[in-house]
Amino acid sequence: MSSPNVHHEPLIRIAKRDGLAVWKNWLIRLVFVLIALLLSGLFIYAVTKLNPLKVYAAMFEGALGTKRRVWITIRDTMMLLCIGVGLAPAFKMKFWNVGAEGQILVGGVATAGLMIYLGKSAAMSTPVMLLVMALASIVAGAVWGVIPAVFKARWGTNETLFTLMMNYVAIQITSYCVALWENPFGSNTVGQINPQTKAGWFPRVFGLDFGLNVIIVMALTIGMFLYLKYSKHGYEIAVLGESERTARYAGIKPSRVFIRTMAISGAICGLAGFIAVAGASHTISTSTAGGRGFTAIIVAWLAKFNTFVMLLISFLLVFLQKGAIEIASQFKLNDFASNVITGIILFCIIASEFFINYRVIFHKRKEAGSK
Amino acid sequence: MRGVTKTFGAVVANNKVDLDIRRGEILSLLGENGSGKTTLMNMLSGIYFPDAGEILVNGKPVTIRSPKDAFDLGIGMIHQHFKLVDVLTATENILLGLHEKGTLNLKAAAEKITEICRKYGFVVDPNKKIYDMSVSEKQTVEIVKVLYRGANILILDEPTAVLTPQETRKLFDVMRNMKADGKAIVIITHKLHEVMEISDRVAVLRKGEYIGDVPTSETNPQKLTDMMVGRAVSLNIDRPDPVNRVKRLEIHNLSVRNVYGLRALDSVSFDVYGGEILGIAGISGCGQKELLEAIAGLQITESGSSIRFYPGETSESKELVGLSPLDIKKAGVGLSFVPEDRLGMGLVGAMDMTDNMMLRSYRNGRSAFADRKNPKKLAEQVIEQLEVVTPGVSTPVRRLSGGNVQKVLVGREIAASPKVLMTAYAVRGLDINTSYTIYNLLTEQKMQGVAVVYVGEDLDVLLELCDRILVLCSGKVNGIVDARTTTKEEVGLLMTNLRKEEIHE
Amino acid sequence: MINLFISAIVFGTVILYGALGEILTEKSGNLNLGVPGVMYLGGIAGLASAFAYEISTPNPIPAVCLLISFVCAFLAAALGGLIYSFLTITLRANQNVTGLTLTIFGGGVANFFGGALNTLAGGVGQISVATTSAAYRASLPLGSKLGWFGQIFLNHGFMVYLAIVLAILMHFFFNKTRMGLNLRAVGENPATADAAGINVTRYKYLATCIGAGISGLGGLYYTMDYIKGTWASEGTIEALGWLAVALVIFAVWRSLNAIWGSYLFGFLTWLYLYVPQIRAWLIGALHLDQDALQILNLTRSSQELFKMLPYLATILVLILVSMRKKRENQPPASLGLPYFREER
Repeated sequence: MSSPNVHHEPLIRIAKRDGLAVWKNWLIRLVFVLIALLLSGLFIYAVTKLNPLKVYAAMFEGALGTKRRVWITIRDTMMLLCIGVGLAPAFKMKFWNVGAEGQILVGGVATAGLMIYLGKSAAMSTPVMLLVMALASIVAGAVWGVIPAVFKARWGTNETLFTLMMNYVAIQITSYCVALWENPFGSNTVGQINPQTKAGWFPRVFGLDFGLNVIIVMALTIGMFLYLKYSKHGYEIAVLGESERTARYAGIKPSRVFIRTMAISGAICGLAGFIAVAGASHTISTSTAGGRGFTAIIVAWLAKFNTFVMLLISFLLVFLQKGAIEIASQFKLNDFASNVITGIILFCIIASEFFINYRVIFHKRKEAGSK
Repeated sequence: MRGVTKTFGAVVANNKVDLDIRRGEILSLLGENGSGKTTLMNMLSGIYFPDAGEILVNGKPVTIRSPKDAFDLGIGMIHQHFKLVDVLTATENILLGLHEKGTLNLKAAAEKITEICRKYGFVVDPNKKIYDMSVSEKQTVEIVKVLYRGANILILDEPTAVLTPQETRKLFDVMRNMKADGKAIVIITHKLHEVMEISDRVAVLRKGEYIGDVPTSETNPQKLTDMMVGRAVSLNIDRPDPVNRVKRLEIHNLSVRNVYGLRALDSVSFDVYGGEILGIAGISGCGQKELLEAIAGLQITESGSSIRFYPGETSESKELVGLSPLDIKKAGVGLSFVPEDRLGMGLVGAMDMTDNMMLRSYRNGRSAFADRKNPKKLAEQVIEQLEVVTPGVSTPVRRLSGGNVQKVLVGREIAASPKVLMTAYAVRGLDINTSYTIYNLLTEQKMQGVAVVYVGEDLDVLLELCDRILVLCSGKVNGIVDARTTTKEEVGLLMTNLRKEEIHE
Repeated sequence: MINLFISAIVFGTVILYGALGEILTEKSGNLNLGVPGVMYLGGIAGLASAFAYEISTPNPIPAVCLLISFVCAFLAAALGGLIYSFLTITLRANQNVTGLTLTIFGGGVANFFGGALNTLAGGVGQISVATTSAAYRASLPLGSKLGWFGQIFLNHGFMVYLAIVLAILMHFFFNKTRMGLNLRAVGENPATADAAGINVTRYKYLATCIGAGISGLGGLYYTMDYIKGTWASEGTIEALGWLAVALVIFAVWRSLNAIWGSYLFGFLTWLYLYVPQIRAWLIGALHLDQDALQILNLTRSSQELFKMLPYLATILVLILVSMRKKRENQPPASLGLPYFREER
């Protein structure tokens, strides 16, 4: 260690800062998003030797170049947003629901199963069928969310690890169902369900391909925003998230709120599975959730549970992903480039949070006369 | 220490403090709560870094940037909150962070520990896990830890607050042994009799300022008190006689076990009357917290416990044991509670005043949505009436100063127009003005017929504010005295010496 | 049946590395959910460096192959740990969020280069490093001679044994060395450790980076031994990475438990392949008729349910540990929490 006889202060000190102006917060975030774009540009340049500006043009093309692409980008944004909205109440309560992936899958499995069995008889009209499927997915997701919550409430079982494990149980259940429902035989995939009758598929709304996706998710987004900000439940969640002792003092039963909130969280994630199956892919596989359950955690956390900010972050991420995929296909590379870029941008946004919450103080002190 | 200054935000914890610590001497650092004693010592032990000023050890200026630097200079501090790792043994804790030569040899270390214990007169089992230990055993481990590192300057932060009188006596013996061994010892305390008993010299801090130091032999408690508070202790709290005393709570045989399964409250029985302030005295950790929390429905009580609430002359009494805080509220009991941990229990630091105002009332109304209009009005009202200094109702309460935080909390609890108002250490850390505001508020409540329960630590305040004082000792009621006729000595005695027979009024 | 045990050990070794690294990391109080990410990074770095060496010289020397890929895998994974450490320790970011991002990032980098390396180098088809893989899979000469015992226990590449040695060393480190003791204190109660003069930041950085490096060796073993020096981008490493996180819990944060735990996980994972044999054996042994024990007559779908067993076992352990509340079995007390000294 350095000699304790030299008199000087530590070079850098870090202090918490409180109440930075909102526009400054966003400025800091913007700077970091730009840094992220720069870094990802560098990455792409290093791999492709392409002019970075052209890279961004190509990315824009990939995400929003055609009407079809715009809709795909919107569809995927809605999907990510929906999961983020589902996770928001759990995280606000400081309940680490890392199990969205599983909750989406069980919701998706419930949906796909009903689609297959109800689609066979064709006795139900599509709206009724959609309703049944949606309900089933909500129940499935809620059950998946409530199980860890019950143990957390009763014995304080670590929910991060529990929900994480539940993902893999869900994945195996999905594998089981995929093998059960595989079509055609031997393909080990389910294939498109009801391709002829389109029974249980989301109908076009207002002539828009994914209109229904947008309507459902935006309704959830607004609803969750109001729920968290203005409802009594939302208030309970906020208090519990800040301090369990305060919650008890205020007469809030933590166990009840844990379970209720996780039911809601799981239900919305289950519903996201319903949207993914009935509203997008029309099939089920272990990659139906595709890691979005994890990405959405980051989205929800970075947005500080504000569902409208989530919309922004979701769009940014999906935009970058689509762009990266476009680049990759142009250069005959593979789609995983998009994950690299997602990683880079998330790292940068995570880092930006530090500069929003803390001040770094450099000490330029004149040497005290101890020499 | 020369001209040492430390600020936390706008609060000046220490202002240009000069202090000398000498070998072979026990120095008492005296001061009220919040006078900056602990902060000052934390700068010596490397927990905080001073904003200005310098520290000299053996005449040489030094930089203490971390506890490790402090250890290297032979400075060791025993904190009020023990810094021990629960799942490790005493030996392992003592060895933490050491850079001794050779591989880890727990056996040899244990022997060395036993050796130190014998030298100074401690008793500790080196292989016992910390979570199995009593408070005084943990303290012993802390002291041995510091000695093991060869510390020559020992700082003890309110070491007796958690000890029984017997344990305190033992500790003092050990301290004398250490003094005889040539060590410099600093004891932080606000208990005068201990200062007189143990120390050779007394240094006094007041509101972060260094007031001066005197040899103990040349001073007396009265002089020290004057130095500590700046004027003779005559609080002049306005205390009108109680009117319309009516029984509100009848507590019978109340027993509570703490998290370690020990009895924190042992068959406690007493009555609480409307129209009077019942003071509760006792050295810290004698069941005060458990008592209030049990009444508020936050503790699981042992069978046989009974807390009966009397709503009024006409209606029947209600049993509160077994009810949750929400049930108690639903039963219309009208119980307000100002807990000790303001930001960790009574308020939500990250929320603004409006949201904090509704903490106990947000359920009002049948709508699924919470009403924020009335809480906002209430917040504005509290700001105006209690003169809360805040940028506005939408500032997170965490950013307010301690006194203002307490005003927000007390303001809310009083606004609920309670029948019973319980406060725990309501003026801890507050300045004199705010303290008087709180005293007046409580007295006002008393005159309106509210039954006020005041848990306090300052005996002068208890004697001048309350009508009756209940003294807790090791979880038992050790006596209930009339605050107007009793003396500080009597209460002090009840606090420290458990009587064989419990005597009620 | 012997094959079941062999594959259990091979499978177990991958997650044993992952889990050992994570135990080291978690003992410092960092919950790094980026284990799959660092395993990916280790796997691809080992593969890529070996690949670069093998195409640069006509006669690659096995020992050099080994050394280059081993060091690169460790360093790349440790670099992942460094990113995580910088964000969570220095910048105090949330650990879960950072860890998950690391998993996304690591998976992206690895699969991107795993798929594209050959294209980028101007070649066609799949990447393959035959010499290096052979070096990793070289087993003890005794292995094939000592009957079933040799086949199960002695017929593996060196990394299987290295993992066991590492686990034992780690046990020794935690319980018998000063640094191990200090590290445990950091994970349990950083404020205490700090007050005792332990450099909390340095311990956390070192434990996390070295831990990540060790986890990365799991990825290396997977690419070199398990899939024989190629790349497969169907996400197996990610699943294995999460299984490694599960194993940490299952082993209640003890490295010695992780050894048998990893083999048990491997056993449970592959058990379904051998269930028909077990059924046949049971029917024979208990003199049952041929239609008995239908429950063990697995279809391809019910095999998938069998693969759930390791996760269910972990959940069970997690619940039991939280119910029993035995102090020694709890996660490190400060796990997942940031530490900031001058917080007030």
